[in-house]
Amino acid sequence: MRHLYTWSGILIVVFFSVVGDILIARAMKQVGDVHAIVRRSGVWTVVGRVLSNSNFFLGVTAMAVAFFSLLFALSWGDVSLVAPAAASLTFIGNAFAAKIFLHEKVDRRRWIAAVLVAAGVALLAG
Amino acid sequence: MLSHGMKQAGNISIHHLQGVILAILNPWVAVGIVLLLAFFASYMNALSWADLTYVLPATSLGYVLLALVAKFALHEQVSPMRWLGIALISGGVGFVAGGPALTAQHPDANSKSPLLAKEARSGVPGHASAASTGAES
Repeated sequence: MRHLYTWSGILIVVFFSVVGDILIARAMKQVGDVHAIVRRSGVWTVVGRVLSNSNFFLGVTAMAVAFFSLLFALSWGDVSLVAPAAASLTFIGNAFAAKIFLHEKVDRRRWIAAVLVAAGVALLAG
Repeated sequence: MLSHGMKQAGNISIHHLQGVILAILNPWVAVGIVLLLAFFASYMNALSWADLTYVLPATSLGYVLLALVAKFALHEQVSPMRWLGIALISGGVGFVAGGPALTAQHPDANSKSPLLAKEARSGVPGHASAASTGAES
């Protein structure tokens, strides 16, 4: 039963982390290349565009939910399982979600990178 | 820095939330929060011109940096498994860095005029609306 709680917590953290990352990435693609906008119309234009983007606020909210879910998950399971599992599964989940929702071309090179980084983070965070 | 500062600030209970305000006034915690905000601004800047699957592996170099600081500045013991983790992350970042930074088409990004944006959307039927609906669901 405790395992079920722990893994449910981990999956909730991963879900909201991925949703947050996807929404923030989507928001920044809608804002456009920050360097180009700053050169053309100044830094306040970038700030205005970011703060008027609904995806940005939804993304930050999802990231905040992910953070508090992590605190709950840590109270249900061991930190040596929850922290590396949540961190590494987020990398894999993001690769799937970026392909589906952001239409990124996740080729073999990027899949290998996602798996290597996920394994590396699991070893470092564990 | 956050960890160091919060240990200095002491335990915070749910009944004494003013402890949180005092913790923010701790210089270590304040500097930690400023650095986190700087990280988030840099992360968003990178996402404005590169793919999420390109930026995310690169941010994981932070784990590598943390382990190296722990080893050489704090003189902590880094186990062989952690060295293997560092090697895997470095290899993964090397893999993704060899490819293009941006692959996705975003017709609604950085449009100079509503007319151009409309033309771009009509050029790829259903792409922009499907992407935004998917991301918001």
